[in-house]
Amino acid sequence: MTAIAQDLWGGIRRFLDGDIVYSFRQSKVAVIAALVTFIMISSAICAPLLSTHNPFDPTTYNLIDAEYPPFWMEDGDPRFILGTDNQGRDMLSAILYGSRVSMAVGFFSILFAMAVGIPIGLISGYVGGTLDAVLMRIADVQLSFPAILIALLIDGLARGILPGELREGLAIYVMIFAIGISHWVLFARTVRGSCMVEKNKEYVQAARIMGRHPFFIMLRHILPNIMGPVLVIATINFALAVLTEATLSFLGVGVPPTEPSLGTLIRIGNDFLFSGLWWITIFPGAVLVILTLSVNLLGDWLRDALNPKLR
Amino acid sequence: MHDATLRAPAASAVHEPVVKAEGLSRHFDVSAPWLNRVIERSPRLILKAVEDVSFAIDKGKTFSLVGESGCGKSTVARVIVGLYPPTRGRVYFEGTDLQSTHGRAEASRMRHRMQMIFQDPFASLNPRWRVRDIIAEPIRAFGLLDGKEETERRVDELLELVGLAASDGAQYPHEFSGGQRQRISIARALASQPDFLICDEPTSALDVSVQAQILNLMKELQREFGLTYLFISHNLAVVYHVSDTVGVMYLGRLVETGPAKEVFSRPQHPYTRMLLDAIPDLDMTGRERTPVAGEIGNPINPPSGCAFHPRCPFAADRCRTEIPRPITRAGGHRIACHGIEENRIPDAVPPYQPGAGSVA
Amino acid sequence: MDAELSNRPVLQVQGLRVEFPTRRGVLTAVDDVSFEIMPGEVLGLVGESGAGKSLTGTAIFGLLEPPGRVASGTIVLGGDRIDNLPHDRMRRIRGKKIGAVFQDPLTSLNPLYTIGRQLIETITTHMDMTLAEARQHSIELLAEVGIPAPERRIDQYPHQFSGGMRQRVVIALALCTNPRLVVADEPTTALDVSIQAQIIRVLKRLCRDHKTAVLLITHDMGVIAETCDRVAVMYAGRIAEIGPVREVIKNAKHPYTHGLMGSIPNIGHDIDELTQIHGSMPRLTEIPPGCAFNPRCPHAFDRCFVERPDLAQEDKSQVACWLFDKETADA
Repeated sequence: MTAIAQDLWGGIRRFLDGDIVYSFRQSKVAVIAALVTFIMISSAICAPLLSTHNPFDPTTYNLIDAEYPPFWMEDGDPRFILGTDNQGRDMLSAILYGSRVSMAVGFFSILFAMAVGIPIGLISGYVGGTLDAVLMRIADVQLSFPAILIALLIDGLARGILPGELREGLAIYVMIFAIGISHWVLFARTVRGSCMVEKNKEYVQAARIMGRHPFFIMLRHILPNIMGPVLVIATINFALAVLTEATLSFLGVGVPPTEPSLGTLIRIGNDFLFSGLWWITIFPGAVLVILTLSVNLLGDWLRDALNPKLR
Repeated sequence: MHDATLRAPAASAVHEPVVKAEGLSRHFDVSAPWLNRVIERSPRLILKAVEDVSFAIDKGKTFSLVGESGCGKSTVARVIVGLYPPTRGRVYFEGTDLQSTHGRAEASRMRHRMQMIFQDPFASLNPRWRVRDIIAEPIRAFGLLDGKEETERRVDELLELVGLAASDGAQYPHEFSGGQRQRISIARALASQPDFLICDEPTSALDVSVQAQILNLMKELQREFGLTYLFISHNLAVVYHVSDTVGVMYLGRLVETGPAKEVFSRPQHPYTRMLLDAIPDLDMTGRERTPVAGEIGNPINPPSGCAFHPRCPFAADRCRTEIPRPITRAGGHRIACHGIEENRIPDAVPPYQPGAGSVA
Repeated sequence: MDAELSNRPVLQVQGLRVEFPTRRGVLTAVDDVSFEIMPGEVLGLVGESGAGKSLTGTAIFGLLEPPGRVASGTIVLGGDRIDNLPHDRMRRIRGKKIGAVFQDPLTSLNPLYTIGRQLIETITTHMDMTLAEARQHSIELLAEVGIPAPERRIDQYPHQFSGGMRQRVVIALALCTNPRLVVADEPTTALDVSIQAQIIRVLKRLCRDHKTAVLLITHDMGVIAETCDRVAVMYAGRIAEIGPVREVIKNAKHPYTHGLMGSIPNIGHDIDELTQIHGSMPRLTEIPPGCAFNPRCPHAFDRCFVERPDLAQEDKSQVACWLFDKETADA
């Protein structure tokens, strides 16, 4: 037990002393992006604690409070820092809950895309030959359609198939599936490429000489060595997935308005933009932009930090 | 001694070599993808990396394959160890045909007795694994020891055997220098207690002073455990130092085999002579190395007849059309050359005399 | 070339020190390295990986990658200091007065241009020649480095040449402006033995004919033995021994050179065990005090652990080792 603890502690110390952490500290952009991302993610997770109202619970808001502008404006109310929407919901609370939904959809859809893409990429790269050709042609075909189109298609199909009462409840899962399935190709391709490089390295040949099973070699030898690029793709695609979710919700095919995500909030606000109620749409939009921007910057930094050629 | 290793297969019943390769060939299909072939009407391209190679290695001896890049020596190593199946020919391990070992159990029983040491000490160890797990992998893969403690003790033993400390097992490969990594590689290879080691350019990525350490270690281990080595190298001096028998390869074929001293002091095949002449002279005798005109042919489309004929100063018409069969000379010295067979090539001026003093 | 110039050294390196500031402190990769090369002379710089031999060459070129820098010392080429020149002036000198041959010929050749275009461009930039003259000169050079049918091959691209032929083209490119100095960094390492001999011969002959000084950087003692006039053995950033090549190889004085020579297997020498230098070269972060070789030296004594030896004359060569110090001999 103590040996494991020591190993772990040693590992953490090595990591903190390592090049990645050093390059992170050297890059101001990365530090700021990480800070912003961290704040946004943790406030989304802690939304129930931070928010003054629960936007999902109609009993906590009142039509009387509707259409307050942000508190620093003339008609503002200090109870609603970022104002309220047309139904009297507190915008700040709505955004906190909304980014929670958006990030959850983004996170789980990327997890799903990884769960599909990594095994396909590993097998395709390791086995090669006809299997690889078939899998990669499928990937090519899918890649020639925009991700949003595929997500729309799946969403539409699900709506057609699912009975009405299930539709609302399952909407978020359908969304995760739709976005995930439209992103697996990127993981599969990256993993396949790295896997083809790794499998020709001598440590893999040594394992083959020992008669190790191909699955053992893929999982224990190759996979740990290709997690770097996968992590980079995952980070950048997380931002993309959040955007896709927002787009779908904006188009009205995403999560229902009862559980609004950032995209839903923007759509709702969009209707009031010309009535002068700009805060309903601008604030969720700004949060979306800042979130995707900082996650992307973080991904860019990670890509450079993991690329030994640039170091 | 060496006679038995090189005589025709019929005689081998008397003395069973540890490893025997018979008519080994390995071809690679390097043609363009099917669609391109159909549209561009390009033909199939077959790379004959190894063609009709036969040799045998006695227990406790070192057989070296030497040649320039692209001659197929590394492919031979990989076919013997089972990474590639041979296109033609057979590999025997202690008389058992390795291709006929059906079933994983039998194959694995044979496999753990042959291991491989690789060229690149930076690619041959998984960078994400601790050294002790790397060394223990063959033990675990073949299920040789049960019990965690027993395995750990064995790993510590192995680390000390190759000149590292038992405590080094907790480190990761990147914390070691090239020479130390090669020692880890050797420890891993020895973990399954093999009888036969295939060493593919084990020192060519190392500095000379480290190379000496590794070569000495390998010789020491050979004496201690009676190991048999198949040694692959492009460095003739290293090959001379370690080998009992050498085989010289050119474009996939063995052109000359024989006892190391014999081949190096009385090289027969014009290619062997050329290689020996091209080695830089450290004794400062003032001998200029003789560069040979021309470059190695293309293995996808090798020259007709004897593949060496475009560079050979003794090439005749027969060399351009007919592939030479190996002939055996005294002492188990085999040469595949029409000129030698017809006795029209003068004896070489021996550039090296065995037994000359050492540098130090 | 006038007589006065031909007995002045082409290159003088004095007390060269190359440093790399890192987050763990400043690393000294090359320390107090001094040597000179006469016209037509080949000086070998030999050592194991990490000895600082390539960095010395890079520093002479003025191509150190930041944060690496020349911390002290002078580099004088044909009477002019070149270690403190601004980038654009150094670039002109690199093209005109110093030629380069690197290990991988592909890094020296632009794959998008024919070799003729690359040669002609280099010649016309640095020399007063018309295009036609430059082309003629290029063809002559290609013939000189042993490329068959140069009139035809001059219009081919680098990928149409084999490894050995490409290295010949690089040599032609390095010599096309008649430089005073050629720095060859591992020029034969990527080549097969039979091709190696050809390249060494071409390089040696051309430099003799053109009276060009050569700094040959390699880890291969064999190449040094047959090519160089003098050789400097580097260890952990410093020169351990420098002298006429025959003297250094046949009569090595520094324990490191001695061990190095003994560790090289040689055909015809029937020895069961090679001389072994224990351990490996220290990392730049862990260079011991005193003589850097002391942890591996079989003859190390008290003084070696505290005081760093400087190069001192011993017979025909110079050695940095306390074993050859007068005080030591007296004691």
